[in-house]
Amino acid sequence: MLAFLHQVLSGLATGGIYASVALALVMIYQATHQVNFAQGEMATFSTYMAWKMIDSGFPYWAAFLLTLVFAFVVGVTIERVIVRPFYKAPVLSVVAVFIGLLLIINSLSGAIFDYTIKPFPSPFPSDAWYGSPYLSSHEVGMIFVTLMVLALIFAFFRFTPLGLAMRAAAENPVSSRLVGVRVGWMLALGWGLAGMIGAVAGMMTAPIVYLDPYMMFSVLLYGFAGALLGGIDNPWGAVLGGFIVGVLQNLAGAYVVGTELMVTVALVIIVGILVIKPSGLFGRTIVTRV
Amino acid sequence: MRFRTSLLTAAALLALAGPAFAADAPGVTATEIKIGNTMPYSGPASAYGVIGKGETAFWKMVNEQGGVAGHKIDFISVDDGYNPAKTVEQARRLVEQDGVAFLFNPLGTPSNTAIEKYLNQKKIPQLFVATGADKWGNYKDFPWTIGWQPSYRTEAEIYARYILQEKPNAKIGVLYQNDDFGKDYLAGLKDGLGDKYAKMVIKEASYEVTDPTIDSQVVTLQGAGVDTLVTAATPKFAAQTIRKVYDIGWRPLHFMTNVSISVASVMEPAGVEKAVGLISASYGKDPTDPTWKDDPGMNQWRDFMKKYMPGADLADASYVYAYGVSLTMLQVLKQCNGDFSRENVMKQAANLKDFELPTVLPGIKLNTSPTNYHPIRQMQLEKWNGKTWVLFGKVLGGAGS
Repeated sequence: MLAFLHQVLSGLATGGIYASVALALVMIYQATHQVNFAQGEMATFSTYMAWKMIDSGFPYWAAFLLTLVFAFVVGVTIERVIVRPFYKAPVLSVVAVFIGLLLIINSLSGAIFDYTIKPFPSPFPSDAWYGSPYLSSHEVGMIFVTLMVLALIFAFFRFTPLGLAMRAAAENPVSSRLVGVRVGWMLALGWGLAGMIGAVAGMMTAPIVYLDPYMMFSVLLYGFAGALLGGIDNPWGAVLGGFIVGVLQNLAGAYVVGTELMVTVALVIIVGILVIKPSGLFGRTIVTRV
Repeated sequence: MRFRTSLLTAAALLALAGPAFAADAPGVTATEIKIGNTMPYSGPASAYGVIGKGETAFWKMVNEQGGVAGHKIDFISVDDGYNPAKTVEQARRLVEQDGVAFLFNPLGTPSNTAIEKYLNQKKIPQLFVATGADKWGNYKDFPWTIGWQPSYRTEAEIYARYILQEKPNAKIGVLYQNDDFGKDYLAGLKDGLGDKYAKMVIKEASYEVTDPTIDSQVVTLQGAGVDTLVTAATPKFAAQTIRKVYDIGWRPLHFMTNVSISVASVMEPAGVEKAVGLISASYGKDPTDPTWKDDPGMNQWRDFMKKYMPGADLADASYVYAYGVSLTMLQVLKQCNGDFSRENVMKQAANLKDFELPTVLPGIKLNTSPTNYHPIRQMQLEKWNGKTWVLFGKVLGGAGS
């Protein structure tokens, strides 16, 4: 029983990583109706910037905030310079651009910061009261941060005019432009915000898995599984989906299919959900009038 | 241009020495031997690139000292980025354009696997490959390919022997990477434990290189009641394992593959105090170990480094490796006695008798024969004390395959 509980809790911790990446995917999907495959690599690169700053003597939180600014600027720049020319291109071309970005940013991280793993500090003290042998204080802290980011995103899209404008720009660019929304900048803003959320995810993940250029490579896959499971247009659903994937994977690995097939579980989830409920457990089914 | 020059050289040779000489010893002229090599100078394994640099410096030293039997060594080391597809391309280039006599110390298990068929078909020696996989001792199917360092399987067998001796009632758990590397450890434990394997190994847990963490596996092993853990993981996962085992308050007797014992890339990220008591095995002298501060063998290496690699990091064990494996190659060339045909080079590589190196632990001797393609089969156990690895016990041997 104790072992079972331990598996669930460690699944929640890993699920927290997936959830934070899923949030970044939701953000960019909400803002642009695109799925950015380079999201994970952008997060890794931002985390390297944070590492570099902390390594050269910046206090943690200063580095944290500067990294968010950096990630925002990078996100906006990538949208304006690289993605914008493909605005009217077919979906496949856009996907090719994203995969190209993934490879380029990954190699850049490796070339600049090399491939050996680097320890990344946690902002949460390791002997804090909320830590335990089952869930370290950083893991508890990371789950808390993820939930906080979730609340911020939810409030942003629900209660602010800017959030509404962004949703509108993604949903129906033509009508939005007619009512005065600057669609181009909304898209760039979406990229910037998604970059920031990704950077938070990176800085929360690195203390657990160590920082290396491949840090987010596989995490992104599980983040996708989580986002699709919960519904990629619903931040709550995506976070819940991330946690479910983490726990399900642990339990399946420990008690059902064995460790060799753990990866497969995530893929089966993606395919299964797409077949049965394409909009995810908590996603909105979009009805289009023809 | 290069192609034309080699044609000219070949023509000149034909005229001078007759067809037999040129046909029997490709890559060898009256004054030169061409040796090829692939290395990951770029890409994810680029940290190992220093091995190629060390070897280049070594052959420069040999040439300055007059070469081997009147022949200078032309060492051509090229980058494969640790990408097997690229290794194939580079190996073909080395063989077909540069016309090397043989390949020496190409690095990486997947990279060497990608070229072993090609080289064996063409009967080109693939000597002393830089990988610890056990498959390089397969003299039956691949008679032109030979390993060098102790295989993972030999290492695991040594751990099994130690466990049988010190903790005969151990409940063993294995955490392994689900590929050739990890599975060599299972095979080695089976060699060492024999029919006790089924009883003593109570849990095997694998992970994939794509898994973000190994937390679930560690929890599973602990839950199964394991008190002796053997971990066959690459540095990132090894560091995660050491930390997780400590953090959940578990204190098993912990064996760590010698792939993941680097202080900088495993012990420090994991937390040096969390790794205290960890056991591993070594065959080479650690350049940072104070035991070898005034060791004549290591001083020989240090003199070489000072003169031919000034400014290089003397704490990097890869340079010690490069020096040792190059000395082995040099010994083979000396044993060739002037006949550098591919057949004779291969024959001499499989004919090392109690050869001793200044950079391996005292008591370890290199031996090969037509039915033994594992030159080094001995290691010594070592324990992490929080600051450094401390050798203990005697040099132990494993049979390997």
